[in-house]
Amino acid sequence: MKKITVALAGNPNSGKTSIFNMLTGANQHVGNYPGVTVEKKEGFCKYKDYEMTVLDLPGTYSLAAYSDEELVARNFIINQQPDIVVDIIDASNIERNLYLATQLIEMDVPLILVFNMSDIAERKGLLFDTKQLSKLFEAEIVSTIGNKAKGKKELLDAITETVQKTKTKRTHRIKYGQEIEKELSKIETLITDKELQLAQKYGSRWLTVKLLERDSDITGKINDTQILETVTDSINHLRNIFGDEPEIIIADRRYGFISGACQETIKTTVESRHSKSDMIDAVVTNRILGLPIFLLLMYVVFQLTFTIGAYPMGWLEHFFEWAAKTITGFWPVGTESWLQSLLVDGVIGGVGGVIVFLPNILLLFLAIAFLEDTGYMARAAFVMDHIMHKIGLHGKSFIPMLIGFGCSIPAIMGTRILENKRNRFTTIMIMPLMSCGARLTIYALIIPAFFPERWRGPMLWFIYLIGIILAIICAKILRLTVFKGQTIPFVMELPPYRVPTLKSLCIHMWQRGWMYLKKAGTIILVISIILWFAMSYPKSNEQSLANLTYEQAQQTKLEYSVIGRIGRAIEPVIKPLGFDWKIGTALIGATAAKEVFVSQLAIVYAVGSTDKKSHTLREKLQENYTPLVGFCIMLFCLISTPCIATIAITKHETNSWAWALFQFFGLTVLAYIITLIVYQAGSLLAAQ
Amino acid sequence: METKQSIPLSAVKAGQTVTLTNIDAGRGLNSRLASMGLLPNVCITVVRNTDFGPIMIKVKGSKMMLGKGMAQKIMVL
Repeated sequence: MKKITVALAGNPNSGKTSIFNMLTGANQHVGNYPGVTVEKKEGFCKYKDYEMTVLDLPGTYSLAAYSDEELVARNFIINQQPDIVVDIIDASNIERNLYLATQLIEMDVPLILVFNMSDIAERKGLLFDTKQLSKLFEAEIVSTIGNKAKGKKELLDAITETVQKTKTKRTHRIKYGQEIEKELSKIETLITDKELQLAQKYGSRWLTVKLLERDSDITGKINDTQILETVTDSINHLRNIFGDEPEIIIADRRYGFISGACQETIKTTVESRHSKSDMIDAVVTNRILGLPIFLLLMYVVFQLTFTIGAYPMGWLEHFFEWAAKTITGFWPVGTESWLQSLLVDGVIGGVGGVIVFLPNILLLFLAIAFLEDTGYMARAAFVMDHIMHKIGLHGKSFIPMLIGFGCSIPAIMGTRILENKRNRFTTIMIMPLMSCGARLTIYALIIPAFFPERWRGPMLWFIYLIGIILAIICAKILRLTVFKGQTIPFVMELPPYRVPTLKSLCIHMWQRGWMYLKKAGTIILVISIILWFAMSYPKSNEQSLANLTYEQAQQTKLEYSVIGRIGRAIEPVIKPLGFDWKIGTALIGATAAKEVFVSQLAIVYAVGSTDKKSHTLREKLQENYTPLVGFCIMLFCLISTPCIATIAITKHETNSWAWALFQFFGLTVLAYIITLIVYQAGSLLAAQ
Repeated sequence: METKQSIPLSAVKAGQTVTLTNIDAGRGLNSRLASMGLLPNVCITVVRNTDFGPIMIKVKGSKMMLGKGMAQKIMVL
């Protein structure tokens, strides 16, 4: 068995993922490249005598160093030196797609060109002289239909054959014209003379071209001042001659090479003016119809996620209830130990509480994968862009934000559809302000306790509205400060519509689901156990509980525990918000999961099970607090402290604890300030 | 010979085909657009251009959307 590494490169929307899925099946591993939030997808495949590690590089249009994706793809090719690079090309859009190939040729890597979606190209009436093209690009060419798994064997054969060939220097190269070539050779001589090590690693020709293109990453690697001066002179010289930047002339020449190659080798047999894609676009991006169609689709996604998801969610809840009961059953009444409590209240309560959302997550990502694979997502961005632009976000941000009303966790994971980092991070930061489903439990307790029937609906609406308005304001502020920068050089390709395959949808869904499960099994488990400890220890003296009812005993225990003590300790801090230590205790418990607020409050008020007697809890609340305090509780819960699962997922998605903590503390401080103002102003008004 | 003044892409009506003359933007953006095929002398067909929202174009067989700000920087004939 020989081990080889195969790297898949290609433009976004070239069907790269479908080729990756075709080669590796479900045998994949998804992670992040170190230090950046670019997704790293690896898969394995066995063929003949070869064990292949297939790497799906991020989709890029070029290998310049302008985005994380491009840099990651380029550095992988340079540093890891894959045995072969397979460039996936959308055969129905060949010229633009070959641009990346010209750069791979320049890097002088062992290359195979895959003409993917050859069926669509055929329907468009395109005929390729692949033999001739293969000669021009000095690379094997294979035709495939990725989503129908056609061409798999041919591709694998081409890979194994190319790997066996001894590497020969390319004879063709892209010629940039006399003037540029003159400068190139001047610099190249200097490089091989003075920076031999770099020249050997990167290839002197490629290095020289990159320097002329003013590639910041490469320029930073050159120490020799003579080279840098010569490069600057050459750039100025070329700018004078052409009246344009050298990198633009270079790009132009590459396209020139491509169109030269295509002219000889591609024939168009049918002239199709209006494709199906254009007709669909005429409707879904229509000025008047576009928005209603988008909203309708979002409504369907939302319904699918939370209505259909409710059934399996119920089953999971039953399962965990059953598991809790079974485990409790191992200990006869009266012999309950700490271990039982840890397992039932800590592990099952904490992790189970997170896993019950798995069906929602799976359904949601199925829907997102569907919208993305069909090509609609890019249109949604087109339709929403005008509105989202006003708050400094991208049209696509709207989709995860909408999901945030259900649960912040899938929503934050869903921000992966945003390519721009600043946009993505802003969206992640404001996500907890989209009032999630768990917080609805709190409103459902508080609103009926303090507000008359006719005010209940509007009150709930009002709370959600506050969240949205705050999210808009925060997004705006973040974009002007921390995530400052142009709203994004806004160019996006609108890929032709395609019918997605079930397999690719399932793989996509499973990858997200698995990521979520892993989180639940690791960090969330740890934090749940810590919270359980804080809630159960130190234990109060058995004698002090002797004459109390069960509820009263629970109350005393909680008061005595770390969380109860923290609740008491923070009372002076939260007093100006109208909160007492009981609310404080519940708020701290709510960091585990927002709905815990209700059960904790029930324990402090010693009313026992919330389900049966929550009206009693409401009565207690009415006796102890004013409607103003009730409103402030909702306000504080809405804005403050995202739950631990949210923090964990923010950490994961931003790849940094700093952002997760910034979100945590930022929102808590914001909640404090706003609630303080509302309570103090409200009290003043009430006093008059 | 009559010389025409180049105009920003944002001023081109839907359905018209124009030729790119130059892009009045920073280097990063220029290169990104170049890699997507937006280079001098390239034909651009405007598919959709309304008062609000981005502009939709066709270049080298692919459909793209550009922000209004971007479209103002792309000069065409």
